[in-house]
Amino acid sequence: MIDKNIKIILVDDDEDDRMLFGTAIESLDMDIYLTTKENGLELIEYLKKPETIIPDLLFLDLNMPYMGGFECLSRIREDPKTKKLPVAIYSTSSSKKDMEEAFMKGANIYINKPNDYNKLKLALKQVICTNWQYKQAGFDMDSFILNL
Amino acid sequence: MNLKYNYAKALQKIVKDEFDKFGIQIDFEGLAEINLHRELNPDEIMQLQENLSAYGIEIISDQKELLVEKIKNCIIEMVQQGEVDSFYKTSFYLTEKLGYSYGYLSNTFSEVTYSTIENFIILQKIEMVKSMLMKENFSLTEAAHKLNYSSVAHLSNQFKKKVGLSPSSFLKIMEQREKINLKNNVELSRNKL
Repeated sequence: MIDKNIKIILVDDDEDDRMLFGTAIESLDMDIYLTTKENGLELIEYLKKPETIIPDLLFLDLNMPYMGGFECLSRIREDPKTKKLPVAIYSTSSSKKDMEEAFMKGANIYINKPNDYNKLKLALKQVICTNWQYKQAGFDMDSFILNL
Repeated sequence: MNLKYNYAKALQKIVKDEFDKFGIQIDFEGLAEINLHRELNPDEIMQLQENLSAYGIEIISDQKELLVEKIKNCIIEMVQQGEVDSFYKTSFYLTEKLGYSYGYLSNTFSEVTYSTIENFIILQKIEMVKSMLMKENFSLTEAAHKLNYSSVAHLSNQFKKKVGLSPSSFLKIMEQREKINLKNNVELSRNKL
């Protein structure tokens, strides 16, 4: 069991997806503190606040109103405060083009949103544990890439 | 601008300088273990911890965490020397070097890192492959040979399993990312002028 407090942010405009994600996270045997945001703009404004603690991992949907995932990702990588933040793109898109663009723009992880709840739980566990192991091992996070 | 540096030398210089500030002489035992010529008082430990944290260096006081760090350092040494080619060799080496049974080492490692020693070895090897391909311009065949893989196909399959991309796709993406970063940096410099 991972008993360190892991801070995760999910940015997704779909309320059902946010709820499913939250339920899956709760069901994992890990001490996780989850914050949700509804679009990229809301996230960027939240991250800009001086009192915001930068999370251990960010899950980012691609297609969202106001500010989509790609623009949001570019802004995160431009800001020294969030340059090294591990970002997992969490999208329904299974296109190779989107996956490559995400990695080229600095994403660390690409997850095609699973339709099945159990598959979602497994994917989340794999992503969170791998991210944790990389951090623990002191590996270079710039070359940390995981395509699920 | 690209830099090439000796990680071990840089690390030891930083640590030595920080201890020098307190007039404490140290000797290195491997990369991450030091012998002190005198005991530290709690204030000195706190101050050293603060100074070293600026370089991402942490003083480990928990015995289990300490043992895990020793396991990691042994594995890094083994991987760098291309000596990890069988489970038997790894377990024998760790047991001999650290003086504990492999079962105890394995359980302690999993308890602290939430991973297994075997998984850490694979991740360590994959990270070294990435570095060889990206920074040292090794071919995949050279990397497989250097890290004692039985074949290029074995390395390629293990890479794909852990990263989700083939080594060539990974390299292509990292090169493109580098170009985007360079372009952004140039634009940023122009905007500042």
